[in-house]
Amino acid sequence: MRFFSTGLFRGLVAQALGTVVGMALVMAVRVIMGLPAWSAEPSVQEPVLVGGVLIGAISFLVGVGIFNDWFKWARGKSTVDSIEPDPAKPNWMRYFSVDYDHKVIGIQYGITSILLLGIGGTLAMFFRTELAQSGITFLNSDIFETLLGYSSEHLYNTLMSLHGIVMIGSILLGVGALSNYLVPLLIGANDMAFPRLNSFGFWVNVPGALILVSSMFFGGFDTGWVGYPPLSLRAPIGMEMFLIGVYLIGLSSISGAINVIVTIFTMRAKGMSMFKMPIFAWAALATSLIQFTATQLIGLSFQLIMLERLLGMKFFDATAGGDPILYQHLFWFYSHPAVYVFILPGLGIISELLPVFARKPLFGYRWVALSSLGIALVGFFVWAHHMFASGMSPYLRLPFMYATLLVAVPTGVKFFSWVGTLWEAKITLPTPMLFVLGAIIIFLLGGVTGPPLGTIATDLHLHDTYFVVGHFHNTMFGGYIFPFFAALYYWFPKLTGRMYNEKLGKLHFWAMWLAFMVLTLGMLFIGLQGMRRRVVDYDLDLGFDATHLIMTIAGFVIFFSVVVGLLNLIYSARRGKEAKGNVWNSRSPEWQISSPPPLHNYAQPFEVVGEPYDYGLPNSTYVNMTPAPDGAHGAE
Amino acid sequence: MIHLVIVSVLVIISTVLLGLFLTNAPLLPVQASLQAETVDWLFGVHWWFIAFFVSLIVVFILYSVVVFRRRKGERGDGKYVTGSHQLEILWTIIPIGIVLWMAVIGANTLADVERRDPQAITVDVFASQWVWRFEYTVPVTGEGGEEVLTAVSSDTLVLPKNRQVILRLHSEDVIHSFFVPEFRVKQDVLPGGEEFVRELRVTPKLEGNFKVRCAEICGRLHYDMQADISVIDGSEFNAWLQEQAAGCVLSHEECGQRWAETFGCVACHSVNGDEGVGPTWQGLFGHEVPLTDGSTVIADEAYLHESIVNPNAKIVAGFQPGIMPQDFAERIIEQQIQQIIAFIMSLQ
Repeated sequence: MRFFSTGLFRGLVAQALGTVVGMALVMAVRVIMGLPAWSAEPSVQEPVLVGGVLIGAISFLVGVGIFNDWFKWARGKSTVDSIEPDPAKPNWMRYFSVDYDHKVIGIQYGITSILLLGIGGTLAMFFRTELAQSGITFLNSDIFETLLGYSSEHLYNTLMSLHGIVMIGSILLGVGALSNYLVPLLIGANDMAFPRLNSFGFWVNVPGALILVSSMFFGGFDTGWVGYPPLSLRAPIGMEMFLIGVYLIGLSSISGAINVIVTIFTMRAKGMSMFKMPIFAWAALATSLIQFTATQLIGLSFQLIMLERLLGMKFFDATAGGDPILYQHLFWFYSHPAVYVFILPGLGIISELLPVFARKPLFGYRWVALSSLGIALVGFFVWAHHMFASGMSPYLRLPFMYATLLVAVPTGVKFFSWVGTLWEAKITLPTPMLFVLGAIIIFLLGGVTGPPLGTIATDLHLHDTYFVVGHFHNTMFGGYIFPFFAALYYWFPKLTGRMYNEKLGKLHFWAMWLAFMVLTLGMLFIGLQGMRRRVVDYDLDLGFDATHLIMTIAGFVIFFSVVVGLLNLIYSARRGKEAKGNVWNSRSPEWQISSPPPLHNYAQPFEVVGEPYDYGLPNSTYVNMTPAPDGAHGAE
Repeated sequence: MIHLVIVSVLVIISTVLLGLFLTNAPLLPVQASLQAETVDWLFGVHWWFIAFFVSLIVVFILYSVVVFRRRKGERGDGKYVTGSHQLEILWTIIPIGIVLWMAVIGANTLADVERRDPQAITVDVFASQWVWRFEYTVPVTGEGGEEVLTAVSSDTLVLPKNRQVILRLHSEDVIHSFFVPEFRVKQDVLPGGEEFVRELRVTPKLEGNFKVRCAEICGRLHYDMQADISVIDGSEFNAWLQEQAAGCVLSHEECGQRWAETFGCVACHSVNGDEGVGPTWQGLFGHEVPLTDGSTVIADEAYLHESIVNPNAKIVAGFQPGIMPQDFAERIIEQQIQQIIAFIMSLQ
């Protein structure tokens, strides 16, 4: 019953009401304009629903209470920067209402991210089942037709498209979880620079994700997650839900990124110069710089599609002077750098955890730190490599080929530095380290499958085949999924004060890693053979049946290994062995305080007195947790 | 030092084994075009780099995990080494060199794959949800003994062996993509008329049957958007073309209609009186046309010819200058222009 007094519940009620009000408003405007208010025609329903959904999303944010402080400021009332937990309420309620504590927000991001991961994974299981053999044999079941009212082919296209974008949403929220929870702890800050904006950045995702997933019930969309016009101009109303949902999640990226950048630049502990930050902070900084500067472009490109759909502005209609390729440029100008938003935090986690479990300094700290910025920078000059077959200016493809291949250089620096870290180390292999090493191997596979896609002649064969699918699943699993789970296991004792079950953790790793290798090698192989992506069916005589069956089985193993992993963490959070101290013998400041960390992190500001990763250097520490107060030195 | 020697040997062995596997395993479909030879050569280069870099990183990591593992009961940390600027510079510079070289051969292979053969034949490919259609233009002897062009439409792409074919790709609705794995080529097919027609060059070298499949998602039946390709001997191909063309010789006007569609004229100029971006062609010939400068002109053959090759010379009242392409004089041969004019004349 207490759920009904949470902000989340108020927000959902407000969203439902707001949607109705918004629809009524658009209908009223339509009536004034002399247009039909409602009919069975999708072209009549679309503006009404879009208006409703937009007002609904704003209503959610008002209902959840994220604007309360800003409203108070507007009225000249004072507010407090921290919402102290109410001892009369159970602790879990904090996570379902607006809270300014970065750790609460981090966990809110994390839980939402994992929920989306579950949805995206489930969608994949549906279409993987369909692909297990040639012929349409599963999605043509009457149940789907009755439930959703669309054909098996359209259902496949929708599942596949939604899988892509839901997973991207999940990753963006996971990145938010990592940077929100970790950055202040790692740099010795008590919170993020803008706690209200931070909370806004999380909550705007909730209506965003709801609207995105609701596209399934508005006819779905069949464009893939890229939404290329003119196809996206003809897709059902579900397309609009996709566009609006992603737009809202994009707002979260931008506001979250401002926060991370300002926090890192202004709130580091005493003595912590940029090159003495834990390496994850560098990754978070590079990621945030991309999010802060590129996300606007996907918002813009989606806006143009909405304007063309709703108001008939012919941006992409060539017969009216528009250009169908223009969209692809705008879209990839964000969506390529976005790939680095997904992987840079994961690579940061790898660099962060490797020294702890190798008991050896991170090899070439400055090079690893700057290579993140290098990847972020080069990432802005490569977008058109997604368009080598698009019909863009043929000669313009060459500079993009050069720039694309250059990405290998800073990425190579990371790989070589990781190898340098492991060399002559004292390696231990608990679950987080297994996930780190597994991530490196998989990301390596993603790396080496990049150049064949980078050189144009080979890309013209590989483009839009399963080779591309295999390549980016490698980068996503190696650059995000495996590091994310490494981080979950590594900081789980910090989050909960309890230890996870090591045996189940290792089972999770081995099942997921081996199954993923099978899946991805299968994808790469049939891709080379010419298997197109985004198809519900393939000809029997292509000879892909056996590979697809094995890939489907591997997909299910991955799915259930994640279930095992999550059950392990859920169970251990309540019943696990107590783990209050520095369980990994880490030098990092967050392990020098109690687990879970107290409300405002560090009771007293610490001072950085050494290098973050000087494992193996006797009598050295990174931070002095109890420095003498400033006054003791005799300040002027 | 001994560790480095062992690992180096293992890396070399692993590179050779993996490289031999990748270059010999049947990873790619059969090579059915001249372009495929170049593309596959580039794949071969990639396979060896992949073999080397995978071996380098994986062998080093596996070796470290096995040899530099903390034994049972062992305490203490690894060797205190914080990095090496020399090594970092080395493994920045060398990859830059490799990457630049890769980009150069990437550009060269692209030039090779896209080289245009002056002897090439042209086929117009029309894609729409969810069918492919192919059109050949065949010169045949007309009833009066003069040479006329005739169009042959086919749902199978028939191609001669060992002769380059230029596929001119037109889409009638959304973006499609022309992909034949055996030819190793792909090109998106764009909607929007002549300005967005893209070319794909391929030289089939293997007789046999293949399939073109749409590679860019284009809606519900995208997966099933495919057509047969039949590569046959050159003389058989000519015989097939003549056989198809026999009995369907186009008149002057019909040819003109075809060109008007091929070059995208009708996207802006309607043939049924509807308002468009440009003036309609229906009832145009022989009538008085008001111009933006207030004068009028009779739409005779000379006016129509001028309006095609120099569209900005006279602008019809109510329309904008500069929209119609200015380069039709170079793009369309005189005979075709005359046929288009004949087509316009027929629209009364």
